[in-house]
Amino acid sequence: MSHFFHLPHLSGRFIPVWQRNYLVWKKLAIPSILGNLADPMLYMLGLGYGLGSLLPDVGGMPYLTFLAAGTVAYSTMNAATFEVLYSSFSRMHVQRTWDAILNAPMTLDDVMLGELTWAASKSLLSGVAILAVIWGLGLYGNFWMTLWIVPVVALVGFCFGGMGLVMNAVSPSYDFFLYYFTLVITPMVLLCGVFFPVSQLPAAVQGVSAWLPLTHAIDLARPLVVGTVPDNIALHVIALLVYGSLGYIVALALTRRRLLK
Amino acid sequence: MLKVRGLTKKYGDTEVVRGLDLTVRRGECFGLLGPNGAGKTTTLRLLLGLIEPDGGSIELAGIAVPQRAREARMKVGVVPQMDNLDPDFSVRENLLAYGRYFGMSKAAVAARVPELLDFAGLASKADAQIAQLSGGMKRRLTLARALVHDPDILFLDEPTTGLDPQARHLIWQGLRRLINAGKTIVLTTHFMDEAERLTDRLAILDHGRVVAEGAPRALIETHIEPAVVEVFGEGLADWTGQHAANLCQRFETVGETLFCYTSTPDIVIDALRHAPALRYLHRPSNLEDVFLKLTGRDLRD
Repeated sequence: MSHFFHLPHLSGRFIPVWQRNYLVWKKLAIPSILGNLADPMLYMLGLGYGLGSLLPDVGGMPYLTFLAAGTVAYSTMNAATFEVLYSSFSRMHVQRTWDAILNAPMTLDDVMLGELTWAASKSLLSGVAILAVIWGLGLYGNFWMTLWIVPVVALVGFCFGGMGLVMNAVSPSYDFFLYYFTLVITPMVLLCGVFFPVSQLPAAVQGVSAWLPLTHAIDLARPLVVGTVPDNIALHVIALLVYGSLGYIVALALTRRRLLK
Repeated sequence: MLKVRGLTKKYGDTEVVRGLDLTVRRGECFGLLGPNGAGKTTTLRLLLGLIEPDGGSIELAGIAVPQRAREARMKVGVVPQMDNLDPDFSVRENLLAYGRYFGMSKAAVAARVPELLDFAGLASKADAQIAQLSGGMKRRLTLARALVHDPDILFLDEPTTGLDPQARHLIWQGLRRLINAGKTIVLTTHFMDEAERLTDRLAILDHGRVVAEGAPRALIETHIEPAVVEVFGEGLADWTGQHAANLCQRFETVGETLFCYTSTPDIVIDALRHAPALRYLHRPSNLEDVFLKLTGRDLRD
């Protein structure tokens, strides 16, 4: 393993890889956007109005607002995760697109940085779409403050893109990804304050939750929706950066072992 | 153009490439032949700097690999064994996208596209999707894609495996045009006729080592008797026992057939007249005979 590990050499050569994915996406942009949006939007509006009408304020705000802020982060996480799991896996393993690119003067570092930045870009779109709904329904406290959600969403996409690439590197088939969803993504959705405040959880579970990347994402996004400055900004930003970067570095080593041996 | 010295590659305890020496001159078409598992594909991946060797040195177009593999790959076009065209793009878009990986501007690639489509005989298919192409068309497009950056040297890994005879001949035509245009070509194959037809020189690889190297005709002359009489039919075993050792310079029985290698085939054929139950095939020896002599007849999986 140590043989395959070295720090990534980053360069602008990832851009043609990003561009490749963008050009393919552009061909099917409308159905792709609708598909990406419909699911989180239905949950948010359905639960937000349906359940929200039964509830008092949650976390000091109407339930729809609470849920909308959580959905921004959750939807971004899902978009990035799906992209680097299913789509990247297709390109790497099924279509052998990565092999073709590696015969050009490109390295795996370039290819995977291209995939990571693409996943972040695509998930940025998902996050911003939910943000647009928040604007449309007037669920925000301060419009200018909500603009900070845009870079937050990009960072969240980077974080989950990097983490997902690790799964991509070790997966023998598409079926394997179900483990990641069942064991990582779904528990995070329930433990990190998407649907209800983390403070409702037992203390021990709250301790776990504090370490999870989706918690950091939501701790940044929710105050920005409400119109207050988030606490511990540096901590959350660094946590998301570390999860994403570590994911990318580990994924790179594992993928080198997989493809370049 | 390509200089390899003492190249080795180990996977665990197995040495897949064991002290390989190769020299390919500019403008030459060089063949790497070998049974499955001889180390052909591994060697190509080493030459491209995709995997790290355990020993030895590689100089590709004057550039040290793997140290400066990225620069070296600028000079190389690759046609891989398995088609990996981009199924999300049309024929033209495949060429455009591939050019970008070499850092070419859109205008520079676009200017080359008509010529490349023409070369591949795909001018009328420019906007077709990859799934609509036949196996031969995909191969030709892969070859055109490998030329997008006008490389000096081309690596082809079994370029005609899985193609029908018509499609193979089209690929050979294309390769001959490239050879005439002065490109250097390194190809792996296990089709002996392909190697005899295209290559100036070739190396036969077995167990990660070069077991013979030279021009196809010269290899046949040095390694094997000039003629082969293949004998088969009722009573072969008896006939073999009585005559083979006297009449053949070298012989082997494979299944139901006796391969009699000789420089005096007439004597063998005369003798066969007295055994009317036996049938025979007399032919000049070829590269396949050399290959089988050097690498054996055992099945490699």
